[in-house]
Amino acid sequence: MGILGFYLRKLFNIVKREMLVLPSRIVVGLFFLVLLLLPVVTQDPYVLRILVLTSIFAILAASWDLLSGFTGQMNFGHALFFGVGAYTAALLNLHAHIPPWGSIPLGGLGAVLAGLIIGIPCLRLRGTYLALTTLAFPIILMGIVFAFSNITGGELGVSGLSRLSGSRLSDYYITVVVMLGLCTIMWKITDSNTGIIFHAIREDEVAVRAAGINTTRYKLLAFCLSGFFAGISGGLYAHFMRIAGPSTLEVSMSFTVVIWAIFGGIVTIYGPVGAVFILFPLLEFFRFWPEYRMLMFAVIVLLTLLYMPDGLFPWLRDKVETECPRCKIRNVATRKTCRVCTAPLD
Amino acid sequence: MILDIIISGLISGSIYALLAIGFSLIFGVARIINIAHTAFYMVASYCIYFGTHKLGLHPIWGMMAAVILVTLFGLICYKLFIDPIREHEAAVLIGTIAMAIAMQEIMLLIFTGDYLSVPSLIGGYLKIFDVKVFYQQVLTFGMALLILAALWALLMKTRLGLAIRSTAEDREVANLMGMNESRVAMITMGISVGLAALTGAVIVPLTTLSPFMWMHPLIMMMAVVVLGGLGSIKGSFVGAYILGFAEAMVVFLAPMGAYLKGSVALSIMILVLLIRPEGLFGVAFEEER
Repeated sequence: MGILGFYLRKLFNIVKREMLVLPSRIVVGLFFLVLLLLPVVTQDPYVLRILVLTSIFAILAASWDLLSGFTGQMNFGHALFFGVGAYTAALLNLHAHIPPWGSIPLGGLGAVLAGLIIGIPCLRLRGTYLALTTLAFPIILMGIVFAFSNITGGELGVSGLSRLSGSRLSDYYITVVVMLGLCTIMWKITDSNTGIIFHAIREDEVAVRAAGINTTRYKLLAFCLSGFFAGISGGLYAHFMRIAGPSTLEVSMSFTVVIWAIFGGIVTIYGPVGAVFILFPLLEFFRFWPEYRMLMFAVIVLLTLLYMPDGLFPWLRDKVETECPRCKIRNVATRKTCRVCTAPLD
Repeated sequence: MILDIIISGLISGSIYALLAIGFSLIFGVARIINIAHTAFYMVASYCIYFGTHKLGLHPIWGMMAAVILVTLFGLICYKLFIDPIREHEAAVLIGTIAMAIAMQEIMLLIFTGDYLSVPSLIGGYLKIFDVKVFYQQVLTFGMALLILAALWALLMKTRLGLAIRSTAEDREVANLMGMNESRVAMITMGISVGLAALTGAVIVPLTTLSPFMWMHPLIMMMAVVVLGGLGSIKGSFVGAYILGFAEAMVVFLAPMGAYLKGSVALSIMILVLLIRPEGLFGVAFEEER
């Protein structure tokens, strides 16, 4: 009882002193709570379906940010990881009869393998060369998918997979919990030593190498990590839709991921997640005017960029919070002095 | 068979060369990866369709009008959406993607998704070893070479070309030497979009129009640019014909070639990059400043 009380008090202290002092942290907390408690309010299958898909794509967008945002290795072919994850999970499920809880992580591992295969040749390239080359890989794979249509089903894809779980509600909880968990893990990774090295590689790769760090190894690690998370989201998508088709490998898929991530603000993890939670339901909302749907999407992205070129969430965050000039700790914008070192804020 | 491959390779090679040179010009001068480049080519093709079918213009007038209109349209897009966010590379990137999607959707709204076609400028064909070579194909190839020659003259023989090349080499120093960097960028954008529109005008009688026709050339164009070396016009030229012929060979020789044509061409690009990471004719750039 004493130990439990200790941990409870510690948790209470963390919530009070660390979480409730910053509006952005309160928003993140509320986001977790709302997602987990939403089925209490509504169990409308349509709403749940949209939120499941949104969560799946949120993992994908965050994994792009982990690779391209943090290490600066622009990847225009992120659909490759998604597609490999989806197809691996689908084929394993259909032919080897592995249930979803096994096939989805295996799909993630398949995507890691894909990350290694494209990472090793691509890491000799830099900047724009890398970006334009990575665009090629999903298209090569798509050609293979079409050419060997007896295994992959060609244009129709692999269908008839087993369901993620019994009901829509448990589907919802599985994907949302997985999404929240994986995004927290990604955020933790970017906060660790490895994450700092990723940051440094983006800022100045030569300097990192001069500091005795094997940057190639870290970039490859970023490719694998990002591939794993993207592969899991691909596997979840395949099992939720019960089909893995060539649409998962399309160029527009890769571009959409880039749009989500940059719209939300790169190098943040929370930015892409938030952007997907805004843009994806918005796109669904526009289904009342189906012919204007993508047009509205493009126009909204263009107009938002004109005012906040760094992305939506960093812009919002800078409005409500300021950084202490002395100790670099963030404060609410309304405070006059820093909450830690009491230096005056301006 | 061999002649078929040669004709189709020459034509698609010239198209890729035109597109790739326009793309690498604006990349070199303004560091903009213009994903919407081939979307302008699509818009130009639709303009020509509209001019010839709906307004009853002669195809040649239709093409000229389309090139001018699309160039103006490209400059307006650049001024409105790209210029204000030039410093933020990521934002420019998705700005151009969003522009391309918007153009595709607008064309989809106006012309629907049906496949359309434009009649060829000159009919008839000549026979070489029992293979029909349409005069339109010869014309397209000739026009493409002519445009490439004119572009080469513009870049190498005029003061404007000198300004473009020096800005591409080093933006800051060119600025210090008294070249108005933003004006050079604007002019280059105009030339680049104009090239895309001309490409559309040249190829339009040979293809079918659809709002999604920009996707495949986009990918091939990027592959050409990477294969030849970014910023190298000679590289783009050679790379375009390599990939054009590779595509043509796969389509005519391999089983299920139509599905695999993109894959094989892109695999060639990746193989070359493994041996020469800076592309065939590219110079290994020093670290960007």
